[in-house]
Amino acid sequence: MMQPREGQVRIPSGCAISGMFSRNGKRVDGNSIIRSISMMHDRSNGLGGGFAGYGIYPEYKDYYAFHIFYDNKAAKLACEEFLEEHFDIINLSKIPTRKHPRITDEPLIWRYFVTPLHTKLKESQLDEKEFVVRSVIKINTQLHGAYVFSSGKNMGVFKAVGFPEDVGEFYRLEEYHGYCWTAHGRYPTNTPGWWGGAHPFAMLDNSIVHNGEISSYDANRRYIEMFGYKCTLLTDTEVITYMIDYLGRRQGLSHEEIANVIAAPFWSTIEQMPPEKRAKFTYLRNAFSSLLITGPFSILLGFEGGMMALNDRLKLRSMVAAEKDDMVYVASEECAIRVIEPEPDRIWAPSGGEPVIVTLNETGQAESAKESA
Amino acid sequence: MNINAAGMHFKELNEQIKTAGREIVVDNCMGQRYIGSGLAGKSIVINGTPGNALGAYLDGSTILVHGNAQDATGDTMNDGAIYIAGSSGDATGYAMRGGKIFVNGDVGYRAGIHMKEYKEKSPVLVIGGAAGSFLGEYQAGGTIIVLGLEHTKPVGNFCGMGMHGGRIYLRCSVPPKGLPRQITVEKASEEDMETIETYVKEFCEIFGRRECMIMNSDFYVLRPDSKNPYRQLYTQN
Repeated sequence: MMQPREGQVRIPSGCAISGMFSRNGKRVDGNSIIRSISMMHDRSNGLGGGFAGYGIYPEYKDYYAFHIFYDNKAAKLACEEFLEEHFDIINLSKIPTRKHPRITDEPLIWRYFVTPLHTKLKESQLDEKEFVVRSVIKINTQLHGAYVFSSGKNMGVFKAVGFPEDVGEFYRLEEYHGYCWTAHGRYPTNTPGWWGGAHPFAMLDNSIVHNGEISSYDANRRYIEMFGYKCTLLTDTEVITYMIDYLGRRQGLSHEEIANVIAAPFWSTIEQMPPEKRAKFTYLRNAFSSLLITGPFSILLGFEGGMMALNDRLKLRSMVAAEKDDMVYVASEECAIRVIEPEPDRIWAPSGGEPVIVTLNETGQAESAKESA
Repeated sequence: MNINAAGMHFKELNEQIKTAGREIVVDNCMGQRYIGSGLAGKSIVINGTPGNALGAYLDGSTILVHGNAQDATGDTMNDGAIYIAGSSGDATGYAMRGGKIFVNGDVGYRAGIHMKEYKEKSPVLVIGGAAGSFLGEYQAGGTIIVLGLEHTKPVGNFCGMGMHGGRIYLRCSVPPKGLPRQITVEKASEEDMETIETYVKEFCEIFGRRECMIMNSDFYVLRPDSKNPYRQLYTQN
């Protein structure tokens, strides 16, 4: 019998997240983030692990990097036919993996560097990013057995069923170099645990790793599906990814404003704010009331040139942040930071609902604009 | 006895601590959970970063951490003492029913929630820095002292929500705003100050602080208001 998938069963979490970011755009290999997340091995149960790396494809930085899982060759053929019809495929290859005793039943895992076909894009009357988003959603909802799990530029998601340290070895992350890495160890509580359901979830260059159990899932889902998104996996991380894409890319909110919407303070807290701040928070809560996330969560959002860490407003999940020179670290547990940076300059616990946002500085931006290191 | 915890799983480390003698030093501690849980009659010094649930159900042992502790330190502890030279994470002293926890730095959210006391068992949580939101939520007994050293505010939001027993002492010149209606706020009485002084003395001895630099401030005490209980807050009763 086939293992049930995300979306087919709901089983009524502990999880682990970790992230590291170089403001100077210094690109480090995947070993450090693997060591960090593996410190929290006992927070996950082997049913999902994954990573997102930013700045890892400098030689193809102007192309969307699609990472795709296929159940079988037929799915691959159908998907490639779709891709060829809509995109210019610059390069395609299997994603290199190594045999691993604890990573089994892997799907076919392929990578495509693509750019939308000019004629198709023009015909669609959409902007480029919207065209890519709709194509990804179309593949994921209509092409049975194909699943695009990464679709950004100069970034990539690597995920599987397994413990995160094993997943990192499986994908040979030591061969990639990024200025930002995020990682997730999964302890699925609501869904059965399938490769596509592991974290990070990604859409364009946004990727999310999440520890928590949001209680507003259905309210958020119903709202976001009005804007063309399809939540197919019944996992809260998927809906958070779409919400952030919607608020940022389509509504033009800053990352801080996005945080103020999804982890809005209580009305009683807003009432105590000075008038100008109060007006802004009141506006955001009213305008996007259906995008408030309730219930416990701690998330790390990776995006082009930056990373944001955010806890729910009640801080029902743990999160620690640290700084050392140009590096910023965030993890579910302090030990996951100390193991890769024993002597941080500063270590602190961000308050609930208060985002920690880091972006590349001038050096970092210049560094990431280079073709390849 | 010294135990080098580098690369050791928590299960192995805790077994070694259990079988070791009374005096134990754990070096290179890195995130191992449940250290000292349920143990009586031991003295454990930890160098490094102990993992979650340090000293959970502690039953008379003493633990000293040179570093920061993570979440749920002293969860449901019954007796003994935990001293943290750095800061401690969320839910420090969660559901304590006895013993003492002293934290030199800050604590995270929900410290001292569900603390309780019965007859001679009365837990104490002393925080040198500031506490996150929900300090003493649903507190049913015991004593929480927040010194707020090097901070402008000793506590976050929703301090003492649902509190119905025990006491919270805050070192500050003005009590925090927005406290729940069901608790009273008063300047600490002479009797209260005696209690505070006893624990501040111990705090200073352990962490090498100067008592006069701490006792030079006002203290406020939060207690549940027995004249304004939680009737009809959730149901018609």
